[in-house]
Amino acid sequence: MTQLWDFTGGIHPPENKHQSTARPIRKAAMPDRLVLPLQQHIGEPAELVVAVGDRVLKGQKIADVTNGMGVPVHAPTSGVIEAIEQRPVPHPSGMADWCVVLKSDGEDQWCALSPIDDYKQLEREAVLQRIREAGISGMGGAGFPTDIKLRPPRDRKVDTLILNGAECEPYITADDMTMREQAAEVVAGLKVMAWILRPSRCVVGIEDNKPEAIAAMRQAVAGTQIEIAVVPTKYPSGGEKQLIQILTGQEVPSGGIPADIGVMCQNIGTAVAVGRAVFEGKPLISRVVTVTGEAVREPGNFEVLIGTPIHHLLETAGMSQERLDRLILGGPMMGYTLTTDSVPVVKTTNCVIAATAAELPAPPPEQPCIRCGQCAEACPMELLPQQLFWYSKAGEFEKAEHLNLFDCIECGACSYVCPSSIPLVQYYRFAKGEIRTQRAEQLKADRARERFEARQARLEREQQEKELRRKERAKAAAEAQAKKQAEAEMAAADGQASDDRAAKAALVQQALERKKAKTAADTKEQPVPSSTEVADDKPDIEALEKQLTQAEAKLNTMQGMLDEARSQQADNVEKLERAVAKNHDRVQRAQQALDQARKQVAEEPASSQ
Amino acid sequence: MWTSFLIAVVVLLALALVFGGLLGFASERFKVEGNPLVDQIDSLLPQTQCGQCGFPGCRPYAESIANGDAINKCPPGGESTIKALADLLDVEPQPLDAEHGVEQAKRVAVIREDECIGCTKCIQACPVDAILGAAKHMHTVIESECTGCDLCVEPCPVDCIDMITIEPDIRTWTWTPPVPQIIATDRQGASA
Amino acid sequence: MALVQQSSPHARRARPTSRVMLWVILAALPGLLAQTLFFGWGNLINVVWCIALALGSEAAFLKLRGKPVAFFLRDNTAAVTGLLLGLSLPQFTPWWVSGIAVVSAIVVAKQLYGGLGSNPFNPAMVGYALALISFPVAMTTNWAEAATLWGGAPGFGETLAKIFTGGQTAVDGWTMATPLDEYKHKIASHTSVEVLGHPTFGDLIARGWEWVNLAFLAGGVLLIALRIITWHIPVAFLAGIAAMSLAFGSNADQYAPLQLHLLAGGTMLGAFFIATDPVSAATSHQGKLIYGAGIGVLVYLIRSWGNYPDAVAFSVLLMNFAVPFIDHYTPPRTYGHHKARRGVPGRSGG
Repeated sequence: MTQLWDFTGGIHPPENKHQSTARPIRKAAMPDRLVLPLQQHIGEPAELVVAVGDRVLKGQKIADVTNGMGVPVHAPTSGVIEAIEQRPVPHPSGMADWCVVLKSDGEDQWCALSPIDDYKQLEREAVLQRIREAGISGMGGAGFPTDIKLRPPRDRKVDTLILNGAECEPYITADDMTMREQAAEVVAGLKVMAWILRPSRCVVGIEDNKPEAIAAMRQAVAGTQIEIAVVPTKYPSGGEKQLIQILTGQEVPSGGIPADIGVMCQNIGTAVAVGRAVFEGKPLISRVVTVTGEAVREPGNFEVLIGTPIHHLLETAGMSQERLDRLILGGPMMGYTLTTDSVPVVKTTNCVIAATAAELPAPPPEQPCIRCGQCAEACPMELLPQQLFWYSKAGEFEKAEHLNLFDCIECGACSYVCPSSIPLVQYYRFAKGEIRTQRAEQLKADRARERFEARQARLEREQQEKELRRKERAKAAAEAQAKKQAEAEMAAADGQASDDRAAKAALVQQALERKKAKTAADTKEQPVPSSTEVADDKPDIEALEKQLTQAEAKLNTMQGMLDEARSQQADNVEKLERAVAKNHDRVQRAQQALDQARKQVAEEPASSQ
Repeated sequence: MWTSFLIAVVVLLALALVFGGLLGFASERFKVEGNPLVDQIDSLLPQTQCGQCGFPGCRPYAESIANGDAINKCPPGGESTIKALADLLDVEPQPLDAEHGVEQAKRVAVIREDECIGCTKCIQACPVDAILGAAKHMHTVIESECTGCDLCVEPCPVDCIDMITIEPDIRTWTWTPPVPQIIATDRQGASA
Repeated sequence: MALVQQSSPHARRARPTSRVMLWVILAALPGLLAQTLFFGWGNLINVVWCIALALGSEAAFLKLRGKPVAFFLRDNTAAVTGLLLGLSLPQFTPWWVSGIAVVSAIVVAKQLYGGLGSNPFNPAMVGYALALISFPVAMTTNWAEAATLWGGAPGFGETLAKIFTGGQTAVDGWTMATPLDEYKHKIASHTSVEVLGHPTFGDLIARGWEWVNLAFLAGGVLLIALRIITWHIPVAFLAGIAAMSLAFGSNADQYAPLQLHLLAGGTMLGAFFIATDPVSAATSHQGKLIYGAGIGVLVYLIRSWGNYPDAVAFSVLLMNFAVPFIDHYTPPRTYGHHKARRGVPGRSGG
């Protein structure tokens, strides 16, 4: 007898499961169009690997995730890729997302399959890769890629592998019927997972309201070490955290995963999919879905192709439009309402409830909270829903977070028992959304502030560098001037004759320094014409003579070009005339400068220094 | 009678001196350098650095608020920022000062790249350096860094920058809070 | 096809507030019956009068606040407040005293704080305390003598007249101090045996009162069985009284014996119906234990060393002050955490 623990709280809503267990699992008819959302899993959306207009075979990969976490999407039947567009997808918002529309050709032709004969001969990694390539993600509702889940982080060893057959939510019987009719496949898949993880204990948790499923599973595990644990029926014992507590007595740490305590929980449907992927080579392209509610004539479970529009499924079950009041995807406790029945079945769809108004009546208007504490009595996570409600309503999200708002699993037990009919779970979802948005905005604001401050720093730095350069230029110019004056003094003091050459050398030196200073100076400064320089510094006869010679030479060249142009009646005559005139001026100026310089040198000995 | 009166006054005076001295000592001994209030205010501002408040950036406005300026000058921050500032500073929240702008949905700048002439004027205008580009080269806005302050729109000589509202999509959608429903017959008696 | 759009869950347990309150009223009926049988028509008349006035004043005030009247009256909470006051007040309380108590309970203690769910103090006890402090004579001299309905208690008409017209009537001869009051005053000068010989103390411990308390105990157990209240507050309350009595009051010649404390006065009514008022009580189980024990200790303190013979009202109100603090320091340890996150959440988080 397996030892069982209990979790605090929980409720006992009416089960309403008998309606859909009266008939065996039926195969849903093929719709003519399948709508396949590119994101049916947690992670990055998949990208198309085929083109619009391509013909694909059943089981062929049509989209894959290359950057990031995710699993591929496969064609559930053979046909033609008709379009890739925004279509309504199963989501509480009712919004659309990218989907591939596949028009089936009616032939249902499989692609080439490669089942594995003996998976135990392979490396673990190869089997995990096969599971990923089959597009398997958690089918219990979350959609986490199974291959990643089966690879716990390095230092975590999974001791207990749990298969979640509790199915605690009312109305849903998909797992129940799967266990009844496909118990062997369930166990086959479980064995593969156990081989990958090598746990010391394998247990299947089933609620005691499923005697046939328990019997079938007991038969299927006969001779193995797998335990079948029958747990008392209570909602939400099928929640991962609660089932782990029931079967192991341990609690998953807040913010952590079950692997942190050496436990892993997998869904019944996922086990079947793993088995099919390994033993038959088939990717995940169909699943069992419960169709129930008083608005359908023949409720029951169907084996449905992924991508089948819900309305097609409802027609098969015989739904009457007039009686339909509310369409729920999922169960009555955690499912969300649909605004349109054209959303497709995805990998995580386990149930569709077509409810009449009498079956699931509209809730009475919300009354003020009387702080009765029934919600805290029912909460399986031992939270204080009452306080969370007060804080969420008042917008005091920090206080709500302090009371562990993010540990809420949104099971709905608190709202179920509330005498004032307060939609508690909606308040918590709203609060969580607000907190997440605020965190994201804060992150963005911090980044913006960092960038702004970095930019300010950069501008300041550039300003400072500019200042520094200008100061250095000024300093260098001042130094050069001082030096030149000092040397000239020295030259004058040292006597004239023998230092004629030295003076000349000094003059040359000064000229060189001047040139250096000039090149380092601001380019905006106009080049100082040689005439003014002559006025400030000691005249440089040689340089001036050279300038004159150069100017004269250039004048001659230009004159020659002008004459040629004139004789040829060319277009640039005017330009050349202007150039010649300019050069003429230049020659004159150079001559003048030279004369002045000579005069100055001649006058120098007379001038007192 | 007068003696007891005198005694009471003396005792109270003595107490006042003692406690006053203690407080003075504490204010010196435990003095906090700088003004942490400015940091706290700055952390509440949205950091768009747009200048709509009249200050060149969020930090100068934060300093001004610490000196007693009004808290309702920030349109990108909107209601929530005014409320948070009111909570922090223990003042009354006021409606957004329309002189400084109105609250709008979050936007990002998008450059129409065909028309960009590579003048770098927008790059110089962006307070968070969210525009990538160089002189005579293509400019583009790094969408994830853009704060929507729209300071880049004006300088652009060819007017090739649009401010696009960020639409909610399936990945950013969040639940709305429940709205209390009162049935019609009950509502007849109520004015609220 | 306009499909209903709503957040989960889509199913609800069918026990709204109005039904919970109805159960509370039902559970109090045995006690009311016992009171009528042993003390005459006074309590019944008071209950009817108080309920009527409670509903009336709540309706009037809701109208004034612009709220939907029928919607809020339908939840029966005002009726329960009126009932509790009617049960607690002395049998011959003049109509205007009980009227003031009820109106202040509903208007001041409940509506002015924001209506249902927003009152920090127990409304019935606020009304009772207000009346007790403002009209001490009327509230202490109008207790009926324990006389069975068939054994000579004043008739219906007489009681009605006394309550609504006051003045000197033949009924005056039927008032008497409560057992607790009696014991408290007499024990100073007599021994316990002598005191207990007084007819007030009857066969068990308190003539008439014991049956009333036992009836309320039965009603309280029903409420616990129906899970409308939890056992924490009543058990802690009674345990508090018991612990104090055993620790300090074991000498019957000085203090009232434990049985008297438990079976006389408003003990059981207080334990199961008044202290358990959810709006003003603590939230978590641990908090409820502290809250209940605090009330029990205070009741014993005031009864034994204070000025008043019965102290449930004051004790409850005093502990109501402490409830927010208790709540901050006794949150449950959430699944997956090592210990509970105590303390007041600050602006800087946690």
